[in-house]
Amino acid sequence: MSQMPKPDTAELRGKYPGVFERPASARLAMPAMIAAALAIFVYGLVDLDFSPTKLITGMSQLGWITMMMIPPNPGSSFPLYMQALGETLSIALLGTTLAALFALPVSLLAARNIIPSNLIRFPVRRFLDSIRGVDTLIWALVWINVVGLGPFAGVLAIMVSDFGAFGKLFSEAIEAADRKQVEGIRASGGNALHEIRFGLLPQVLPVIAGQVLYFIESNTRSATIIGIVGAGGIGLQLAEQIRVLEWQKVSFLIQMILIAVAAIDFISSKLRFAIIGQRAVA
Amino acid sequence: MATAISILPSQQLATLNDAYREAVARKRLKATVATAVFCAALFIAALGAEVNLHTFFTYFGNFLSYFDRILTLDSGARVWTDPLEWFWGLKKWLRLLGETLLISYVGTLTGAVFAFMLNFFAAQNTSPGPWVRFIIRRLLEFARTVPGIVFALIFVIAFGLGPMAGVLAIAIHTTGALGKLFAEIVENADMKPVEGIRSTGASWLSCMRFAILPQVSAGYASYALLRFEINVREASVMGFVGAGGIGQELVVAIRKFYYSDVSAILVTIIVTVFIIDISTGWLRGRLFGKETRR
Repeated sequence: MSQMPKPDTAELRGKYPGVFERPASARLAMPAMIAAALAIFVYGLVDLDFSPTKLITGMSQLGWITMMMIPPNPGSSFPLYMQALGETLSIALLGTTLAALFALPVSLLAARNIIPSNLIRFPVRRFLDSIRGVDTLIWALVWINVVGLGPFAGVLAIMVSDFGAFGKLFSEAIEAADRKQVEGIRASGGNALHEIRFGLLPQVLPVIAGQVLYFIESNTRSATIIGIVGAGGIGLQLAEQIRVLEWQKVSFLIQMILIAVAAIDFISSKLRFAIIGQRAVA
Repeated sequence: MATAISILPSQQLATLNDAYREAVARKRLKATVATAVFCAALFIAALGAEVNLHTFFTYFGNFLSYFDRILTLDSGARVWTDPLEWFWGLKKWLRLLGETLLISYVGTLTGAVFAFMLNFFAAQNTSPGPWVRFIIRRLLEFARTVPGIVFALIFVIAFGLGPMAGVLAIAIHTTGALGKLFAEIVENADMKPVEGIRSTGASWLSCMRFAILPQVSAGYASYALLRFEINVREASVMGFVGAGGIGQELVVAIRKFYYSDVSAILVTIIVTVFIIDISTGWLRGRLFGKETRR
């Protein structure tokens, strides 16, 4: 076996100075960033009134609460909770569907390949962005002011906040669609509406259906919490039981939410596979 | 050049046409049934959610006029004619917004650290044992399925009112969400370096440190930054249940009908969220431009 020749370090050093002597700025960048991140973290802890005593008493309180939660027990209100859960699922389904219906035409306005003019597209996009910037809970509070307490306010809140999200996602799906089908329709003498109906929609609808299903899933989660501000559903019960410290009922409600979310996840992922097909998902 | 189109004999054509019609009819039937089921579900949901179209149409005007009102000052003028009056509480709001940002920052960082510690146990290819993996996975699932604000409600009772409850709620939710994403990155990592390092007799810990970590750290940071963006939104509503930040101020303004304050606070929140989105987007692009874009 032959020996490898000893590398000439001096020559290599001369050839690749960047490898042997990285500039100080490059070497110090990472530690400096970590130090800065830590400094902000510590400042945050101080500013937000963190203290070890508070943490320890809180932890022991939390431990006590957890003990009180076991075993989960709905008491006599099980039917009421089931009804509330149904209400939550209804809010999620209805809110998401309405949002999708309203968002579809608007998303056409925000898609580059349909509306080439920046003049319309830009304001529509910023409008959708600002709707998305406001949390569902805030929308719920606003709608409660308008239509009163109850699940209907929840439906409207989910509808509005999803409208913003769908508008953006749909327009992206439309922009990603293939031009060729549209050109084919135009070549055979179709007008603009035909182009959208027969050229674009068949490509876009499966994508959109998948997104809507996914949002129904994630909105089941949102719908559980908008009850906390009074917009109906299981969140209302949960917030009430937490306020009156009925911990066994609280843990039962949380369990119900977990099971419901898992069930919806399962169903919607099955449906999504059926709609988009295995290929598109993988 | 003329091309002759050959037309099949009518008998052959008829069978083909029939088959086509049958296929289309089957597809149509499927679509109709699916639509009918969906509409029925919607109808039941509408009953369950107490949808009242009458209320909706009577009050929809209120929704529009609500925006009219929040854009009007007490003096009756439009808000943008007198920005000083509109943003009269800007100093207080900015301080609360700062608190909101700190809550999300501290919460995200804490959650990311916990997720970092747990994710190697949750990933299929690096977990030391199936039992550990199962338990950690269920824990993470629990932490991310229970909404952050529910944790906040409980923590407010355990730790008292204030930002600490918000930070802990966000930290737990972030642990769950990031733990899953981190584990997925690890599952996508190349296992050959691990074999190389294990063949030198290194421990599990060194394998993680020297084989996996260099491959995944960029992805981790990218996801953590994305999560920070989401958590800023989340932290802005933590105040609704008394867990600190700007939410407290907003909920008071909405409930007590301080109309112009509502719009002013909303505008500050939206602007802050925009700025955070843009700057983290820029930061992600700069730090890991090529790795994250596939």
